Amino acid sequence: MRIKRIGAVVATAAVALTVAACGGSSGGAGAQGGGAGAQPYIAIVSKGFQHQFWQAVKQGAEQEAAKQNVRITFEGPATEADIEGQVTMLTNALARQPNVLGFAALDSRAAAPLLQQAKSRNIPVVAFDSGVDSGIPVTTAATDNKAAAAEAAKHMAEALGGTGKVALVVHDQTSRSGIDRRDGFVEWMKANAPGIELLPPQYGGGDQAKSADITKSILAANPDVKGIYGSNEGSAIGVVRGVQESGRSGLTVIGFDSGQAQIDAIRGGTMLGAITQNPVGMGQQLVDASVKAMHGESLPKVIDTGFFWYDKSNIDSPEIKAVLYQ
Amino acid sequence: MTSPTVTEEERQTAPASVRRTLRDRIQQFLAFASLIVIFGFFSMVSPNFFNYGNVTNILFSTVVIGLLALGTTFVIITGGIDLSIGTGMALCAVISGVLIVNTGLPLPIGVLGAILFGGLLGLVNGLNVAVLGLPPFIATLAMMLVAQGLALVVSNSTPIYFDQTPGYIDLSIGSLVPGANFPNAVLILAVVAVLAGVLLNKTVLGRYTYSIGSNEEATALSGIDVRRWKILIYTLAGLFTGLAGVMISARLGSAQPATGMGYELQAIAAVVIGGTSLSGGKGSIVGTVIGALIISVLNNGLQIMSIPQEWQNVILGCVILLAVYADMARKRAR
Repeated sequence: MRIKRIGAVVATAAVALTVAACGGSSGGAGAQGGGAGAQPYIAIVSKGFQHQFWQAVKQGAEQEAAKQNVRITFEGPATEADIEGQVTMLTNALARQPNVLGFAALDSRAAAPLLQQAKSRNIPVVAFDSGVDSGIPVTTAATDNKAAAAEAAKHMAEALGGTGKVALVVHDQTSRSGIDRRDGFVEWMKANAPGIELLPPQYGGGDQAKSADITKSILAANPDVKGIYGSNEGSAIGVVRGVQESGRSGLTVIGFDSGQAQIDAIRGGTMLGAITQNPVGMGQQLVDASVKAMHGESLPKVIDTGFFWYDKSNIDSPEIKAVLYQ
Repeated sequence: MTSPTVTEEERQTAPASVRRTLRDRIQQFLAFASLIVIFGFFSMVSPNFFNYGNVTNILFSTVVIGLLALGTTFVIITGGIDLSIGTGMALCAVISGVLIVNTGLPLPIGVLGAILFGGLLGLVNGLNVAVLGLPPFIATLAMMLVAQGLALVVSNSTPIYFDQTPGYIDLSIGSLVPGANFPNAVLILAVVAVLAGVLLNKTVLGRYTYSIGSNEEATALSGIDVRRWKILIYTLAGLFTGLAGVMISARLGSAQPATGMGYELQAIAAVVIGGTSLSGGKGSIVGTVIGALIISVLNNGLQIMSIPQEWQNVILGCVILLAVYADMARKRAR
């Protein structure tokens, strides 16, 4: 009896291993396609992978990799709070003996020993998305978030005619992008729009539901709010939801990044417009810079991957369409 | 609690415990065999898997989850659960940062303070469960949220960096063995695992842990102060949480207040894969260590093989299902 049960368990184990093996062969096809050492290999460790934005960066990286005939892997932790998970991924990426390492640090100081290791093994590091506080990366391909947030503030002030209460729903107060997109917005307003009164920024972790709840409480506490700014995709969509759920109209909502829900909100008029980064371009520039670093070419300290303001008027223009993701 | 009572209780349950040991051995063997099979599989398919550096990486990445899993093994054997260990760990890391970096206390005192603070969190959990009679799931769920919030409050939502205290970072990534490049964190995990094994198998605390999990009422009727031991067991789990907080902040060179959520589930997964039953009364430290190793070998191997990330969790989930299924099959076979 017991033997039979154990047999069943062993059989199930075999099935699971087969699944693992299948996963392996489907993934391995791309990964080992070039054969050992034939194709240069760039290991990319990002800040996330399931979020649309990272998928767009990945897509850009893959396009460029195909063009330049290099092999890449692209991975990131499940949440942007999982710093240890990212450090482990970085460790494992280095164990795969890459020619170049692409890295978007959740906390660059936490990853410092590993970057040092990459340096001592002569693996060039190309930072992307957010700066790495260290001299090790040969270059950083990133959006100038502060300038981008200032652009959002400028459009907000214009839309409100320079007066009124404005609220900020920011994705977090610890990451570089959260800080820059908050400060860029706040600083521009303080310097250029004295008639705008800013409420203290609220943080929703980039979570849609949480940001929606925050928006509703802001509106309940301040019925005279005229405009709300959401600092990333999740925050911005949350703001739109919160405004809709609270039944308010006539508010000026400005968002960040894209995604289907945000694009729909702009087309439908609930959102005035948004700032988009250029994630596909970021992925392309990352791989391009990596290839150059591999050949020892000199690179600028920072590669600005750019941003755009988009609203109803230009959302269908080819220039904007190319950088939005669904 | 007098010694004759204990002897009586032991005598009555002796045959059952012999059977239990045998079943546990089989389960442990299965878990160990799976570990070997998985390890062998990765060694065959990837040239970068089986080498000193990577095996060290695997052991190193087991440390934090391993420590949390060891502590929570005791709680789960009593039939309880502790969901607060992940964010509790983050809070202890922050406490360590506050003591060592912000207050400037000497390293050993700061480390001890963080570990004891973990014990304090556990003590509160224990009081809530044993004295107020709250279900462990709810009591520790509440503590999970309290700890997550407090970690942000105490740290002012900013990471605390240990740049100025390299000795602290060396607790994790330094190497006592000269030139071997073998991280201290792994040695610490090994020592703590042995201590946990001794506690669970050779002491009264361990015996009562099993006894409470098998039949709480009978344990109480035989004159054992179940409340007091439960409080002690949750406090003990808290000490492990505190140590995990020290080790993760040493590894990252920083106390990260926003991290930790989700670690409790990985630790529970390690415990379950290792054959500890969520319904209590059964389990082992060896099993938990193997469970934690299986998780990190899988994580490492799948990453080394460049398996698409989407698939990695699918496979991990299947392994957990399989482990629980094995546990159930074992029970039905009784």
